Amino acid sequence: MRFGIVRFPGSCDEVDALLACRRFGDARLLWHKDRDLAEIDAVVVPGGFSYGDYLRAGAIARFSPVMETVLEFARAGGPVLGICNGFQVLCEAGMLPGALLPNRSLRFVSRQVDVVVENPDTPFTRACEKGDRLSLPVKHTTGRYYAPGIRAEQVVLRYAPGQNPNGAQDDIAGVCNRDGNVVGVMPHPEHAVDPMTGSSDGGRLFESLATAVARGRAGVGILPVG
Amino acid sequence: MTRVRVLIRPKEGILDPQGQAVEGALPALGFEGVRNVHVGRLIELDVEDASQVPEMCERLLANPLIEDYEVQEAAA
Repeated sequence: MRFGIVRFPGSCDEVDALLACRRFGDARLLWHKDRDLAEIDAVVVPGGFSYGDYLRAGAIARFSPVMETVLEFARAGGPVLGICNGFQVLCEAGMLPGALLPNRSLRFVSRQVDVVVENPDTPFTRACEKGDRLSLPVKHTTGRYYAPGIRAEQVVLRYAPGQNPNGAQDDIAGVCNRDGNVVGVMPHPEHAVDPMTGSSDGGRLFESLATAVARGRAGVGILPVG
Repeated sequence: MTRVRVLIRPKEGILDPQGQAVEGALPALGFEGVRNVHVGRLIELDVEDASQVPEMCERLLANPLIEDYEVQEAAA
């Protein structure tokens, strides 16, 4: 089981993502100019400020060479997780429905929130049960999710009642594509893998994937894209 | 080259907290009677073929899900 973590100019959470993944499998960084996903079983598009967030968050990063390859990987069924800025990139790339707007408060929010697992049938939530509560940090300015007409089964995580930090539609904190192999989340599971920092709940997302791949049921995408 | 201006604004019906903040601040300065403030972006560009600009808007300059755009060609 090997995770690949994308590093764009302006990424800042890729090392935490790398260390989080290494608790559950092998992991290596993928530079934004890389096109080689050989022997990668799952891709993480991490948080930060890719390409300075110029124009709109995620708008430029989606055109990077690595994202073309990640798109092919996802089309072949490979599991892809976008976190925060990575979620924004996947939306801009059309790999996930919807868009992320500036927080209703217009402020940067940085706090621990509870999220509720709505869909445990994605490669990243299989270690969870529907209704499980996870304690994860959020830290963003552009996290107000908006997706008119999104299907209920595409909602993967919801902020617990009263904890919506950004005005997101229907308290949505994480979604998946129609096939379920591409997931985007606004909270940061990679910052919540060690009890020392207050919560290790985020590890369950990475554990889900590692377990699924080990059992050979991550979906059709566990084969590397040539 | 043609000078083109692209005006981008939040789509109608989408909450625009920036516009609301500006609308709320103006009365504090004594400017009453202001409604429907929206904050957007202006992109100026010189292009050889202005007919390509709408596609540029659809694919990069704007996000059509959340933003409307308007292309204005500057008078020669």
